[in-house]
Order: sequence, then structure tokens, then C-alpha cells
Amino acid sequence: MSTQKHRTFESAKLLLVQPLNADDTARGAALLAVDGVGAGVHEKVLVVIEGRAAGEILGRKAAPVDAAIVGIIDSVDIQP
Amino acid sequence: MQLARVIGNVVVTRKDENLVGIKLLIVQPLSPEREPVGRPLVAADAVGAGVGEEVFFVRGKEASFPFYPEEPALDAGIVGIVDHWTVER
Repeated sequence: MSTQKHRTFESAKLLLVQPLNADDTARGAALLAVDGVGAGVHEKVLVVIEGRAAGEILGRKAAPVDAAIVGIIDSVDIQP
Repeated sequence: MQLARVIGNVVVTRKDENLVGIKLLIVQPLSPEREPVGRPLVAADAVGAGVGEEVFFVRGKEASFPFYPEEPALDAGIVGIVDHWTVER
């Protein structure tokens, strides 16, 4: 939760996400992402970690963001 | 974006002219459990943050966006001061 933030973040929901390996174990450090799909805590999501794409989620030009949630994952199927 | 704590400031007199007027702070990235992770780095301040505060910052060219249409040479910028966060593992 952040009250004082850059104006392009107004009304944006920020979620703390933990990147995962294929076997669902944690990979690397957790990061903050703008939520573009109405995700909630504990859901497995698809995150884009790239500035321009993340900015598109906010629909505002020159938004200072570098990560966004762009989908909620139903299932993952990995063929060994 | 990453969570961090502001641990210091940087004073630079001689610098690129696009950086004039931009406050530079040293931030220590934090884990969700508030433990330091990785090395501290210099980040531009776009929100009026100060030493001791918990903030979130953005990496990359996007750090320059709060100063648009000027495009200062920045690779990290503080874009929010954190009120609180919660973690459910």
C-alpha cells in the first residue's frame, strides 16, 4: 500500500509477486507488479517484466513501471 | 518494481545538465520479510522520499519518466513511498 507515489500510479493496484520455477519453487527475489487483471493473493499469474509492456497496462504514457501482471494462470502443462 | 529502504543520499555537484535538480538517494533493496537483498544502489527520487523510509523503485529507462519530457540519464528511480505491505506465504 502506497499513498505517496507518482501520479501515473493513481488507482493502480500493486501486488508483491514471487517468480516461480517450473516446479513451483521460488526463483529469485520477489518484486512489485501493477495488476492489470484483478489478481489476488495466492493466485498464480503471468507477469511481464519489461517497461513498455507494463506501461501499456496502465494505459498512460510514460508511466514509470517495469513489471505488470497480465494474466491469471489456470494451469501449466509441462511435458518431460 | 522492488521494495527498498532509503539508507543515504548522494551529493553530486558536477553532473550531466539533465540531472540538475534531481535528488539522488541510496536504496537498499528489501525482501518481503524486510531483509536486505542484493547490493545498495543509487536511485533518483520522484516522490520526495527521505532517509529511513520504505519505498519502491523502478529499474531501467522508466526511471526517467517522472521527469518527462526531459529525459535524464537514469537507470533507477523511486516512484512511491510505501505505507505498508503484507505477505501471505
